[in-house]
Amino acid sequence: MQTPAAFEYERATSVEGAIASLREHGSGARIIAGGHSLLPMMKLRLANPEHLIDINDLAELSYIREEGGEIRIGALTRHKDLLSSELLAEHLPVFRDAENVIADPVVRNRGTIGGSLCQADAAEDLSAVCTAVKAKTVIRGADGERVVGMEDFHVGPFMTAVGDGELLTEVRIPLRQGGSSAHEKVERRAGDWAIAAASAAVWIDGGTIVQAGIALSAVGLTTIHLSRAEELLRGKGPSEDLFEQAGQIASEDCSPTADGRGPVDYKRHLAGVLTTRALRRATARALHQEV
Amino acid sequence: MNVSITVNGEQVSREIEPRQLLIHFIRETPGLTGTHWGCDTSNCGACVVQMDGEPVKSCTILAAMCEGHEIRTVESLEVDGQLDPIQMGFHETHALQCGFCTPGMLMTARALLDENPNPTEQEIRTAISGGICRCTGYKNIVAAVQWAAEHEATAKQGV
Repeated sequence: MQTPAAFEYERATSVEGAIASLREHGSGARIIAGGHSLLPMMKLRLANPEHLIDINDLAELSYIREEGGEIRIGALTRHKDLLSSELLAEHLPVFRDAENVIADPVVRNRGTIGGSLCQADAAEDLSAVCTAVKAKTVIRGADGERVVGMEDFHVGPFMTAVGDGELLTEVRIPLRQGGSSAHEKVERRAGDWAIAAASAAVWIDGGTIVQAGIALSAVGLTTIHLSRAEELLRGKGPSEDLFEQAGQIASEDCSPTADGRGPVDYKRHLAGVLTTRALRRATARALHQEV
Repeated sequence: MNVSITVNGEQVSREIEPRQLLIHFIRETPGLTGTHWGCDTSNCGACVVQMDGEPVKSCTILAAMCEGHEIRTVESLEVDGQLDPIQMGFHETHALQCGFCTPGMLMTARALLDENPNPTEQEIRTAISGGICRCTGYKNIVAAVQWAAEHEATAKQGV
């Protein structure tokens, strides 16, 4: 039987209360939302929180809305709601692409975007999605909020910028004209972790890519932000040749390890192919030419 | 800590450790061993029950998190000797061999039909993709869900 080590359980009734409790219990405290990453880690003793704060009652952290030129997503928003959101599908289709292949529908009923990002597992899809669309995270503590870009959110494997006494409350994604996005993933079987996955976003103005975002899952110790490939794309007209060059950079700039999901060469190849495909699809969508 | 959960319409209260998982809370309740405890890692889906009408994996939820929520297990499907149409579908199409995955498949399929009474084959396959049938009897499980959907549609027309 797999059972977590003993801990104290508390159900938060407000965001402020959760933050106060996090502060009180220091590094021994952990937030639990869907629990579908944390509880398996606790069963294996890879995580040993002494005090669990359940935030599932904080309905004020579950929303997807457009506000101030951004899409704002509450940290407690569940995968199933990200999948079914028409607002996201319209502006940021990368979310629906990813959500269709994250775990399985039953797990998606519980897992949340905040939990996924805070888990900071390199094989997790939403971290790549949020990196590609240049999302910002809102982290709240007793002294107020700070906004941290995705490039600074993950500070190492399973480590984030969220400190003791702080709670991730929101993900903000800026909306700009001419943009679209896509996610491509290859997995061994339904619901498995990715062998590799690529998220891409492009913003096109007058036939030129004015901005691009690309990130990879499962081919490094953390989510891989492909800034060199983004640099290549900026200022150029979209073309198949360009996307293949970006894919080549993806193959070079990832750092996969060999495991049961495949050897290093295969994963590098896959990272490249998926990057090219994601860019192709994001661009077709931005130009309203998706087949 | 004392936890009180509505299981199949009845209030079940017990003194438990906070670390007790929902699957064990359910199975330690007299008469409720129908929910199967399988992989313990949220992969296999044998432990699926409904929480407020949604299928969830009870090996990966703390019982304490379910206080105040409605849990429905496989035992709730049959009422007064009358099988639920999804159970009848499994019977009619021979959708179980060893039967280990069956409680999870039934509760997942029941939730699907409650939300989408006329699913396509692909929608059924997607819905049950969180469950593993180690006898690999998926074809008949899909047929059972289709049987239940058709049966329920006919029954509704009859009313």
